[in-house]
Amino acid sequence: MTLSIKGKAYIAGIYEHPTRHAPDKSTAQLHAECARGALEDAGLTKADVDGYFCAGDAPGGVMPMADYLGLKLRHLDSTETGGCSYIVALGHAAEAIAAGKCSVALITLAGKPRTGPMPPRAFGPEVDFETAYGATTHNAYGMCAMRHMHEFGTTSEQLAWVKVAASHHAQYNPHAMLRDVVTVEDVLNSPMISDPLHRLDCCVVSDGGGALVVTTPEIAKSLKRPLVRMTGHGESLKGPNGGRKLDLTYSAGVWSGPPAFAEAGVTPKDIKYASIYDSFTITVVVQLEDLGFCAKGEGGKFVADGNLISGVGKLPWNTDGGGLCNNHPINRGGITKIIEAVRQLRGEAHPKVQVPNCDLALVHGTGGLLGVRHAASTAVLERV
Amino acid sequence: MTDKPKYPAPVGNPETAHFWDAAKQGKFLIKRCTACGEPHYFPRSICPVCFSDQTVWEESKGEGVIYSYSLMRKSATGPYAIGYVTLDEGPSLLTNFVDCDLATLKIGQRVKVVFKPTDGAPLPFFTPV
Repeated sequence: MTLSIKGKAYIAGIYEHPTRHAPDKSTAQLHAECARGALEDAGLTKADVDGYFCAGDAPGGVMPMADYLGLKLRHLDSTETGGCSYIVALGHAAEAIAAGKCSVALITLAGKPRTGPMPPRAFGPEVDFETAYGATTHNAYGMCAMRHMHEFGTTSEQLAWVKVAASHHAQYNPHAMLRDVVTVEDVLNSPMISDPLHRLDCCVVSDGGGALVVTTPEIAKSLKRPLVRMTGHGESLKGPNGGRKLDLTYSAGVWSGPPAFAEAGVTPKDIKYASIYDSFTITVVVQLEDLGFCAKGEGGKFVADGNLISGVGKLPWNTDGGGLCNNHPINRGGITKIIEAVRQLRGEAHPKVQVPNCDLALVHGTGGLLGVRHAASTAVLERV
Repeated sequence: MTDKPKYPAPVGNPETAHFWDAAKQGKFLIKRCTACGEPHYFPRSICPVCFSDQTVWEESKGEGVIYSYSLMRKSATGPYAIGYVTLDEGPSLLTNFVDCDLATLKIGQRVKVVFKPTDGAPLPFFTPV
Protein backbone atom coordinates (compact mmCIF):
# COMPACT_ATOMS: atom_id res chain seq x y z
CA MET A 1 0.00 0.00 0.00
CA THR A 2 1.27 3.46 -0.89
CA LEU A 3 1.89 5.72 2.06
CA SER A 4 -0.37 8.75 2.02
CA ILE A 5 -1.53 11.63 4.20
CA LYS A 6 -5.08 11.15 2.91
CA GLY A 7 -7.52 11.50 5.78
CA LYS A 8 -4.77 11.35 8.39
CA ALA A 9 -4.59 15.03 9.34
CA TYR A 10 -7.40 17.42 10.27
CA ILE A 11 -7.31 21.22 10.34
CA ALA A 12 -8.87 21.79 13.74
CA GLY A 13 -8.04 25.46 14.33
CA ILE A 14 -7.76 28.57 12.17
CA TYR A 15 -7.17 32.24 12.95
CA GLU A 16 -6.72 35.27 10.75
CA HIS A 17 -5.55 38.28 12.74
CA PRO A 18 -8.06 41.11 12.28
CA THR A 19 -5.37 43.78 12.11
CA ARG A 20 -4.13 45.16 8.81
CA HIS A 21 -1.88 47.79 10.41
CA ALA A 22 -0.01 47.04 13.61
CA PRO A 23 2.60 49.73 14.41
CA ASP A 24 2.03 49.12 18.13
CA LYS A 25 2.86 45.41 18.11
CA SER A 26 6.02 43.34 17.58
CA THR A 27 6.18 40.70 14.87
CA ALA A 28 6.75 37.94 17.43
CA GLN A 29 3.73 39.22 19.36
CA LEU A 30 1.58 38.92 16.24
CA HIS A 31 2.76 35.31 15.80
CA ALA A 32 1.77 34.62 19.42
CA GLU A 33 -1.63 36.30 19.08
CA CYS A 34 -2.32 34.21 15.97
CA ALA A 35 -1.21 31.03 17.74
CA ARG A 36 -3.55 31.78 20.65
CA GLY A 37 -6.39 32.48 18.26
CA ALA A 38 -5.99 29.23 16.34
CA LEU A 39 -5.67 27.13 19.50
CA GLU A 40 -8.76 28.79 21.00
CA ASP A 41 -10.66 28.15 17.75
CA ALA A 42 -9.71 24.46 17.96
CA GLY A 43 -10.48 24.16 21.68
CA LEU A 44 -6.89 23.19 22.45
CA THR A 45 -4.17 24.79 24.58
CA LYS A 46 -0.49 25.57 24.14
CA ALA A 47 0.34 22.53 26.27
CA ASP A 48 -1.25 20.30 23.61
CA VAL A 49 1.14 21.54 20.88
CA ASP A 50 4.02 19.16 20.14
CA GLY A 51 4.90 20.23 16.58
CA TYR A 52 5.71 23.75 15.35
CA PHE A 53 6.05 24.97 11.77
CA CYS A 54 7.18 28.45 10.72
CA ALA A 55 8.99 30.06 7.78
CA GLY A 56 11.13 33.05 6.85
CA ASP A 57 8.79 35.58 8.48
CA ALA A 58 9.40 34.15 11.97
CA PRO A 59 11.88 36.47 13.72
CA GLY A 60 15.16 34.58 14.10
CA GLY A 61 13.70 31.34 12.77
CA VAL A 62 12.16 28.33 14.44
CA MET A 63 14.35 28.15 17.57
CA PRO A 64 13.85 31.66 18.97
CA MET A 65 10.18 31.65 17.96
CA ALA A 66 9.39 28.28 19.57
CA ASP A 67 11.17 29.42 22.72
CA TYR A 68 9.38 32.80 22.70
CA LEU A 69 6.04 31.01 22.42
CA GLY A 70 7.01 28.68 25.26
CA LEU A 71 6.46 25.50 23.27
CA LYS A 72 7.63 22.04 24.28
CA LEU A 73 8.15 20.19 21.02
CA ARG A 74 9.04 16.87 19.47
CA HIS A 75 8.82 18.06 15.86
CA LEU A 76 10.12 21.28 14.24
CA ASP A 77 10.07 22.47 10.62
CA SER A 78 11.05 25.80 9.08
CA THR A 79 10.90 25.12 5.34
CA GLU A 80 11.04 28.49 3.59
CA THR A 81 9.26 28.74 0.25
CA GLY A 82 8.04 32.34 0.36
CA GLY A 83 4.30 32.96 0.32
CA CYS A 84 3.37 29.29 -0.10
CA SER A 85 5.47 28.20 2.91
CA TYR A 86 2.29 27.64 4.95
CA ILE A 87 0.71 25.35 2.35
CA VAL A 88 4.00 23.43 2.29
CA ALA A 89 3.92 23.42 6.10
CA LEU A 90 0.36 22.05 6.02
CA GLY A 91 1.62 19.08 4.00
CA HIS A 92 4.66 18.59 6.21
CA ALA A 93 2.47 18.77 9.32
CA ALA A 94 0.18 16.11 7.85
CA GLU A 95 3.19 13.91 7.10
CA ALA A 96 4.51 14.32 10.63
CA ILE A 97 1.09 13.55 12.12
CA ALA A 98 0.62 10.51 9.85
CA ALA A 99 4.05 9.25 10.91
CA GLY A 100 3.31 9.79 14.58
CA LYS A 101 6.02 12.44 14.96
CA CYS A 102 3.58 14.92 16.49
CA SER A 103 -0.12 15.03 17.30
CA VAL A 104 -0.93 18.76 17.47
CA ALA A 105 0.93 20.89 14.93
CA LEU A 106 0.92 24.68 15.11
CA ILE A 107 1.70 26.76 12.00
CA THR A 108 2.14 30.55 12.33
CA LEU A 109 2.78 33.52 10.04
CA ALA A 110 3.01 37.22 10.89
CA GLY A 111 4.72 40.41 9.80
CA LYS A 112 4.47 44.16 9.40
CA PRO A 113 5.46 45.29 5.90
CA ARG A 114 2.94 48.14 6.09
CA THR A 115 4.60 49.59 9.18
CA GLY A 116 8.25 49.14 8.24
CA PRO A 117 10.59 47.78 5.59
CA MET A 118 10.60 44.10 4.68
CA PRO A 119 13.47 42.02 6.08
CA PRO A 120 16.22 41.81 3.42
CA ARG A 121 15.87 38.93 0.99
CA ALA A 122 18.52 36.23 1.27
CA PHE A 123 20.57 35.68 -1.88
CA GLY A 124 21.84 32.46 -3.36
CA PRO A 125 24.53 31.56 -5.89
CA GLU A 126 22.74 33.70 -8.50
CA VAL A 127 23.51 36.92 -6.62
CA ASP A 128 26.11 38.48 -8.96
CA PHE A 129 24.15 37.44 -12.05
CA GLU A 130 20.73 38.73 -11.08
CA THR A 131 20.65 41.19 -8.19
CA ALA A 132 21.82 44.26 -10.12
CA TYR A 133 18.89 43.89 -12.53
CA GLY A 134 16.35 44.77 -9.87
CA ALA A 135 13.87 41.91 -9.97
CA THR A 136 10.94 42.85 -7.73
CA THR A 137 7.59 41.19 -7.34
CA HIS A 138 5.98 43.70 -9.71
CA ASN A 139 8.34 43.34 -12.65
CA ALA A 140 8.96 39.61 -12.19
CA TYR A 141 5.22 38.93 -12.43
CA GLY A 142 5.01 41.60 -15.12
CA MET A 143 7.39 39.57 -17.31
CA CYS A 144 5.11 36.53 -16.91
CA ALA A 145 2.05 38.54 -17.87
CA MET A 146 3.84 40.07 -20.87
CA ARG A 147 4.83 36.66 -22.23
CA HIS A 148 1.37 35.19 -21.50
CA MET A 149 -0.20 38.00 -23.52
CA HIS A 150 2.35 37.51 -26.32
CA GLU A 151 1.77 33.76 -26.64
CA PHE A 152 -1.94 33.45 -25.92
CA GLY A 153 -3.48 36.85 -26.55
CA THR A 154 -4.41 37.29 -22.89
CA THR A 155 -5.64 40.85 -22.30
CA SER A 156 -5.46 43.40 -19.49
CA GLU A 157 -9.27 43.32 -19.43
CA GLN A 158 -9.20 39.59 -18.67
CA LEU A 159 -6.63 40.04 -15.91
CA ALA A 160 -8.77 42.83 -14.46
CA TRP A 161 -11.67 40.39 -13.97
CA VAL A 162 -9.62 38.64 -11.28
CA LYS A 163 -9.50 41.88 -9.27
CA VAL A 164 -13.17 42.55 -9.95
CA ALA A 165 -14.08 39.13 -8.50
CA ALA A 166 -11.90 39.71 -5.42
CA SER A 167 -13.57 43.08 -4.82
CA HIS A 168 -17.05 41.56 -5.09
CA HIS A 169 -16.13 39.20 -2.25
CA ALA A 170 -14.26 41.78 -0.15
CA GLN A 171 -17.31 44.03 0.11
CA TYR A 172 -18.74 41.53 2.63
CA ASN A 173 -15.55 41.21 4.72
CA PRO A 174 -15.46 43.87 7.46
CA HIS A 175 -11.71 43.30 7.95
CA ALA A 176 -10.77 43.67 4.25
CA MET A 177 -8.40 46.51 3.41
CA LEU A 178 -10.23 47.34 0.18
CA ARG A 179 -14.01 46.90 0.34
CA ASP A 180 -15.13 48.95 -2.65
CA VAL A 181 -16.37 46.95 -5.63
CA VAL A 182 -14.27 47.85 -8.67
CA THR A 183 -14.88 47.48 -12.41
CA VAL A 184 -12.64 46.34 -15.23
CA GLU A 185 -12.32 50.00 -16.21
CA ASP A 186 -11.19 50.93 -12.70
CA VAL A 187 -8.35 48.41 -12.99
CA LEU A 188 -7.32 49.56 -16.47
CA ASN A 189 -7.43 53.21 -15.39
CA SER A 190 -5.23 52.67 -12.34
CA PRO A 191 -1.58 53.71 -12.78
CA MET A 192 0.77 51.35 -14.63
CA ILE A 193 3.27 49.97 -12.11
CA SER A 194 5.34 47.57 -14.19
CA ASP A 195 4.05 46.71 -17.65
CA PRO A 196 1.52 45.27 -18.16
CA LEU A 197 0.44 45.27 -14.50
CA HIS A 198 -1.58 48.18 -13.15
CA ARG A 199 -1.81 49.15 -9.50
CA LEU A 200 -5.10 47.27 -9.14
CA ASP A 201 -3.51 44.13 -10.62
CA CYS A 202 -1.36 44.07 -7.45
CA CYS A 203 -2.29 42.74 -4.01
CA VAL A 204 -2.46 44.88 -0.89
CA VAL A 205 0.39 45.34 1.59
CA SER A 206 -0.82 44.57 5.09
CA ASP A 207 0.46 43.96 8.59
CA GLY A 208 -1.00 40.95 10.34
CA GLY A 209 -0.80 37.21 10.36
CA GLY A 210 -2.55 33.91 10.72
CA ALA A 211 -2.21 30.49 12.29
CA LEU A 212 -3.42 26.92 11.88
CA VAL A 213 -3.72 23.92 14.16
CA VAL A 214 -3.43 20.53 12.46
CA THR A 215 -4.09 17.34 14.38
CA THR A 216 -4.90 13.64 14.33
CA PRO A 217 -8.35 12.27 13.38
CA GLU A 218 -8.85 11.11 16.98
CA ILE A 219 -8.11 14.48 18.55
CA ALA A 220 -10.12 16.37 15.89
CA LYS A 221 -13.15 14.19 16.55
CA SER A 222 -12.89 14.88 20.30
CA LEU A 223 -13.23 18.64 19.66
CA LYS A 224 -16.37 20.66 18.99
CA ARG A 225 -15.52 22.13 15.59
CA PRO A 226 -16.73 20.96 12.14
CA LEU A 227 -14.36 18.32 10.75
CA VAL A 228 -12.08 19.35 7.89
CA ARG A 229 -9.36 17.00 6.76
CA MET A 230 -6.58 16.90 4.21
CA THR A 231 -6.86 14.43 1.38
CA GLY A 232 -4.01 15.45 -0.90
CA HIS A 233 -0.89 17.59 -1.00
CA GLY A 234 1.89 18.49 -3.40
CA GLU A 235 4.86 20.84 -3.59
CA SER A 236 7.53 21.72 -6.11
CA LEU A 237 9.72 24.53 -7.40
CA LYS A 238 10.83 26.07 -10.68
CA GLY A 239 13.62 28.46 -11.60
CA PRO A 240 15.60 29.63 -14.62
CA ASN A 241 17.39 26.27 -14.43
CA GLY A 242 20.64 27.40 -15.99
CA GLY A 243 18.70 29.37 -18.59
CA ARG A 244 17.50 26.22 -20.31
CA LYS A 245 14.08 26.02 -21.95
CA LEU A 246 12.89 29.19 -20.24
CA ASP A 247 9.10 29.32 -20.24
CA LEU A 248 7.40 31.91 -18.03
CA THR A 249 3.91 30.85 -19.07
CA TYR A 250 3.74 28.00 -16.56
CA SER A 251 4.65 27.62 -12.90
CA ALA A 252 5.68 24.87 -10.50
CA GLY A 253 1.93 24.37 -10.06
CA VAL A 254 2.13 21.91 -12.99
CA TRP A 255 4.13 19.67 -10.64
CA SER A 256 2.50 20.42 -7.26
CA GLY A 257 -1.10 20.09 -8.49
CA PRO A 258 -1.29 16.62 -10.10
CA PRO A 259 0.09 14.68 -7.10
CA ALA A 260 -2.30 16.53 -4.78
CA PHE A 261 -5.31 15.70 -6.98
CA ALA A 262 -4.13 12.11 -7.41
CA GLU A 263 -3.63 11.58 -3.69
CA ALA A 264 -7.09 12.98 -3.00
CA GLY A 265 -8.58 10.93 -5.85
CA VAL A 266 -10.37 13.96 -7.31
CA THR A 267 -10.08 16.20 -10.38
CA PRO A 268 -10.43 19.98 -10.82
CA LYS A 269 -14.05 19.42 -11.95
CA ASP A 270 -14.93 18.09 -8.49
CA ILE A 271 -13.69 21.21 -6.63
CA LYS A 272 -16.52 23.30 -5.10
CA TYR A 273 -14.34 26.18 -3.88
CA ALA A 274 -10.75 27.24 -4.67
CA SER A 275 -8.35 29.43 -2.72
CA ILE A 276 -5.65 30.37 -5.22
CA TYR A 277 -2.90 32.82 -4.31
CA ASP A 278 -3.50 36.18 -5.94
CA SER A 279 -0.26 38.08 -5.43
CA PHE A 280 -1.11 39.59 -8.81
CA THR A 281 -3.99 38.99 -11.19
CA ILE A 282 -1.67 37.10 -13.60
CA THR A 283 -0.73 34.68 -10.79
CA VAL A 284 -4.31 33.40 -10.67
CA VAL A 285 -4.62 33.02 -14.44
CA VAL A 286 -1.41 30.98 -14.68
CA GLN A 287 -2.30 28.81 -11.67
CA LEU A 288 -5.79 27.99 -12.95
CA GLU A 289 -4.21 26.70 -16.16
CA ASP A 290 -1.41 24.83 -14.37
CA LEU A 291 -3.88 23.11 -12.02
CA GLY A 292 -6.06 21.96 -14.92
CA PHE A 293 -9.14 24.14 -14.37
CA CYS A 294 -8.69 25.14 -18.02
CA ALA A 295 -6.22 24.51 -20.83
CA LYS A 296 -2.88 26.37 -21.02
CA GLY A 297 -3.52 29.77 -22.54
CA GLU A 298 -7.25 29.75 -21.73
CA GLY A 299 -6.92 31.27 -18.25
CA GLY A 300 -7.79 34.76 -19.42
CA LYS A 301 -11.06 33.57 -20.90
CA PHE A 302 -11.73 31.41 -17.82
CA VAL A 303 -11.58 34.32 -15.34
CA ALA A 304 -13.55 36.77 -17.51
CA ASP A 305 -17.16 37.81 -16.97
CA GLY A 306 -17.25 37.05 -13.26
CA ASN A 307 -16.50 33.34 -13.48
CA LEU A 308 -14.63 33.49 -10.13
CA ILE A 309 -17.42 35.31 -8.26
CA SER A 310 -19.25 33.17 -5.70
CA GLY A 311 -22.90 32.69 -6.71
CA VAL A 312 -22.20 34.01 -10.21
CA GLY A 313 -19.41 32.01 -11.82
CA LYS A 314 -18.44 28.37 -12.11
CA LEU A 315 -15.49 28.49 -9.70
CA PRO A 316 -16.05 30.39 -6.44
CA TRP A 317 -12.61 31.66 -5.50
CA ASN A 318 -10.94 33.64 -2.67
CA THR A 319 -14.25 34.55 -1.06
CA ASP A 320 -12.54 36.58 1.69
CA GLY A 321 -11.38 39.08 -0.94
CA GLY A 322 -7.97 37.43 -1.23
CA GLY A 323 -4.64 39.21 -1.27
CA LEU A 324 -5.94 41.59 -3.89
CA CYS A 325 -8.49 43.17 -1.51
CA ASN A 326 -8.54 41.59 1.94
CA ASN A 327 -5.19 40.76 3.46
CA HIS A 328 -1.62 39.88 2.48
CA PRO A 329 0.29 39.72 5.76
CA ILE A 330 4.08 40.07 5.36
CA ASN A 331 3.52 39.81 1.59
CA ARG A 332 2.78 36.11 1.97
CA GLY A 333 -0.64 34.88 0.96
CA GLY A 334 -0.46 31.17 1.74
CA ILE A 335 -2.02 30.99 5.18
CA THR A 336 -5.04 33.18 4.45
CA LYS A 337 -5.81 30.89 1.50
CA ILE A 338 -6.02 27.88 3.82
CA ILE A 339 -8.07 29.80 6.39
CA GLU A 340 -10.78 30.85 3.92
CA ALA A 341 -10.97 27.33 2.47
CA VAL A 342 -11.55 25.93 5.97
CA ARG A 343 -14.24 28.59 6.59
CA GLN A 344 -15.97 27.48 3.39
CA LEU A 345 -15.80 23.80 4.32
CA ARG A 346 -17.14 24.55 7.82
CA GLY A 347 -19.93 26.66 6.38
CA GLU A 348 -18.52 29.67 8.24
CA ALA A 349 -17.79 31.97 5.29
CA HIS A 350 -19.87 35.14 4.96
CA PRO A 351 -23.44 34.12 3.96
CA LYS A 352 -23.19 36.29 0.83
CA VAL A 353 -20.20 34.27 -0.44
CA GLN A 354 -20.70 30.87 1.24
CA VAL A 355 -20.73 28.07 -1.35
CA PRO A 356 -23.78 25.81 -0.72
CA ASN A 357 -22.84 22.34 0.52
CA CYS A 358 -19.13 23.06 0.17
CA ASP A 359 -17.52 19.71 0.90
CA LEU A 360 -14.40 19.80 -1.29
CA ALA A 361 -11.93 22.67 -1.59
CA LEU A 362 -8.60 23.35 -3.20
CA VAL A 363 -5.82 25.50 -1.75
CA HIS A 364 -2.92 26.54 -3.93
CA GLY A 365 -0.14 29.08 -3.74
CA THR A 366 3.20 30.13 -5.11
CA GLY A 367 6.11 31.69 -3.26
CA GLY A 368 9.13 33.67 -4.37
CA LEU A 369 9.10 35.36 -7.77
CA LEU A 370 6.99 33.68 -10.45
CA GLY A 371 9.17 35.16 -13.18
CA VAL A 372 12.48 34.16 -11.61
CA ARG A 373 12.48 31.27 -9.11
CA HIS A 374 9.49 30.17 -7.10
CA ALA A 375 7.89 27.29 -5.24
CA ALA A 376 4.30 26.10 -5.47
CA SER A 377 2.16 24.03 -3.17
CA THR A 378 -1.30 22.52 -3.51
CA ALA A 379 -3.62 20.99 -0.94
CA VAL A 380 -7.01 19.31 -1.27
CA LEU A 381 -9.30 19.59 1.76
CA GLU A 382 -12.66 17.97 2.47
CA ARG A 383 -15.41 18.28 5.02
CA VAL A 384 -16.09 15.01 6.77
CA MET B 1 29.98 65.73 -14.64
CA THR B 2 31.52 62.32 -14.07
CA ASP B 3 29.15 59.38 -14.16
CA LYS B 4 29.38 57.40 -10.97
CA PRO B 5 28.85 53.67 -11.48
CA LYS B 6 25.13 53.06 -11.03
CA TYR B 7 25.40 49.34 -10.40
CA PRO B 8 26.79 47.24 -7.52
CA ALA B 9 30.12 45.52 -8.09
CA PRO B 10 29.95 41.74 -8.35
CA VAL B 11 31.30 40.07 -5.22
CA GLY B 12 32.69 37.09 -7.14
CA ASN B 13 33.90 33.73 -5.87
CA PRO B 14 36.37 31.07 -7.01
CA GLU B 15 33.73 29.40 -9.18
CA THR B 16 32.91 32.54 -11.17
CA ALA B 17 36.16 34.56 -11.01
CA HIS B 18 37.06 33.69 -14.62
CA PHE B 19 33.74 35.10 -15.84
CA TRP B 20 34.44 38.47 -14.22
CA ASP B 21 38.08 38.52 -15.38
CA ALA B 22 36.83 37.99 -18.95
CA ALA B 23 34.18 40.69 -18.49
CA LYS B 24 37.00 43.14 -17.72
CA GLN B 25 38.37 42.26 -21.19
CA GLY B 26 34.95 42.90 -22.74
CA LYS B 27 34.28 39.18 -23.23
CA PHE B 28 30.93 37.60 -22.35
CA LEU B 29 31.27 33.98 -21.30
CA ILE B 30 28.83 31.13 -20.86
CA LYS B 31 29.51 27.61 -19.70
CA ARG B 32 29.17 24.44 -21.76
CA CYS B 33 29.27 20.85 -20.55
CA THR B 34 31.53 18.65 -22.66
CA ALA B 35 29.82 15.52 -21.33
CA CYS B 36 26.25 16.30 -22.45
CA GLY B 37 27.02 19.19 -24.80
CA GLU B 38 24.51 21.56 -23.18
CA PRO B 39 25.32 25.23 -22.54
CA HIS B 40 24.07 27.01 -19.41
CA TYR B 41 24.04 30.40 -17.68
CA PHE B 42 24.79 31.63 -15.00
CA PRO B 43 27.97 29.60 -14.83
CA ARG B 44 28.32 26.55 -12.58
CA SER B 45 31.29 24.18 -12.21
CA ILE B 46 28.94 21.18 -12.13
CA CYS B 47 26.57 20.92 -15.12
CA PRO B 48 22.97 21.62 -13.99
CA VAL B 49 21.72 19.27 -16.74
CA CYS B 50 23.77 16.07 -16.34
CA PHE B 51 25.75 16.84 -13.15
CA SER B 52 29.09 16.23 -14.87
CA ASP B 53 32.10 18.25 -13.72
CA GLN B 54 33.33 18.53 -17.33
CA THR B 55 32.18 22.11 -17.88
CA VAL B 56 34.24 24.60 -19.90
CA TRP B 57 34.08 28.33 -20.52
CA GLU B 58 32.94 29.46 -23.94
CA GLU B 59 32.82 32.97 -25.35
CA SER B 60 29.29 33.92 -26.38
CA LYS B 61 28.61 36.23 -29.30
CA GLY B 62 26.54 38.12 -26.78
CA GLU B 63 23.56 38.33 -29.11
CA GLY B 64 20.03 37.07 -28.83
CA VAL B 65 16.36 38.02 -28.68
CA ILE B 66 14.13 39.45 -25.97
CA TYR B 67 12.06 36.60 -24.45
CA SER B 68 10.02 38.89 -22.18
CA TYR B 69 10.38 42.19 -20.35
CA SER B 70 8.61 44.56 -18.00
CA LEU B 71 9.11 48.28 -17.71
CA MET B 72 9.17 49.37 -14.07
CA ARG B 73 7.71 52.86 -14.26
CA LYS B 74 9.17 54.19 -10.99
CA SER B 75 12.08 53.29 -8.74
CA ALA B 76 14.66 55.05 -6.57
CA THR B 77 16.93 55.17 -9.64
CA GLY B 78 14.21 55.94 -12.16
CA PRO B 79 12.40 53.74 -14.68
CA TYR B 80 14.14 50.55 -15.81
CA ALA B 81 13.32 47.60 -18.02
CA ILE B 82 14.03 44.11 -16.71
CA GLY B 83 13.77 41.14 -19.04
CA TYR B 84 15.08 37.84 -20.27
CA VAL B 85 17.29 37.46 -23.33
CA THR B 86 17.57 34.11 -25.08
CA LEU B 87 21.12 33.94 -26.39
CA ASP B 88 21.80 32.56 -29.88
CA GLU B 89 23.77 29.78 -28.14
CA GLY B 90 20.59 28.73 -26.28
CA PRO B 91 20.57 29.81 -22.64
CA SER B 92 18.26 32.58 -21.44
CA LEU B 93 19.35 35.09 -18.84
CA LEU B 94 17.93 37.85 -16.68
CA THR B 95 19.12 41.36 -17.54
CA ASN B 96 18.15 45.00 -18.01
CA PHE B 97 17.78 46.76 -21.34
CA VAL B 98 19.79 49.97 -21.62
CA ASP B 99 20.87 52.73 -24.03
CA CYS B 100 17.52 52.80 -25.83
CA ASP B 101 13.97 54.13 -25.68
CA LEU B 102 12.51 51.71 -23.14
CA ALA B 103 8.99 52.32 -24.49
CA THR B 104 9.89 50.70 -27.82
CA LEU B 105 11.06 47.30 -26.50
CA LYS B 106 9.37 44.27 -28.08
CA ILE B 107 9.40 40.54 -27.44
CA GLY B 108 11.49 38.92 -30.19
CA GLN B 109 13.62 42.03 -30.73
CA ARG B 110 17.33 41.36 -31.38
CA VAL B 111 19.70 42.63 -28.71
CA LYS B 112 23.41 42.46 -27.91
CA VAL B 113 25.49 42.58 -24.77
CA VAL B 114 26.95 45.84 -23.50
CA PHE B 115 29.06 46.05 -20.35
CA LYS B 116 28.42 48.78 -17.78
CA PRO B 117 31.01 49.84 -15.23
CA THR B 118 30.86 49.20 -11.50
CA ASP B 119 33.47 49.78 -8.81
CA GLY B 120 34.68 46.26 -9.65
CA ALA B 121 34.17 44.08 -12.74
CA PRO B 122 31.68 45.42 -15.31
CA LEU B 123 28.18 43.95 -15.53
CA PRO B 124 26.54 42.63 -18.72
CA PHE B 125 23.43 44.45 -19.95
CA PHE B 126 21.66 44.27 -23.30
CA THR B 127 20.74 46.87 -25.89
CA PRO B 128 18.83 46.65 -29.18
CA VAL B 129 21.03 45.76 -32.20
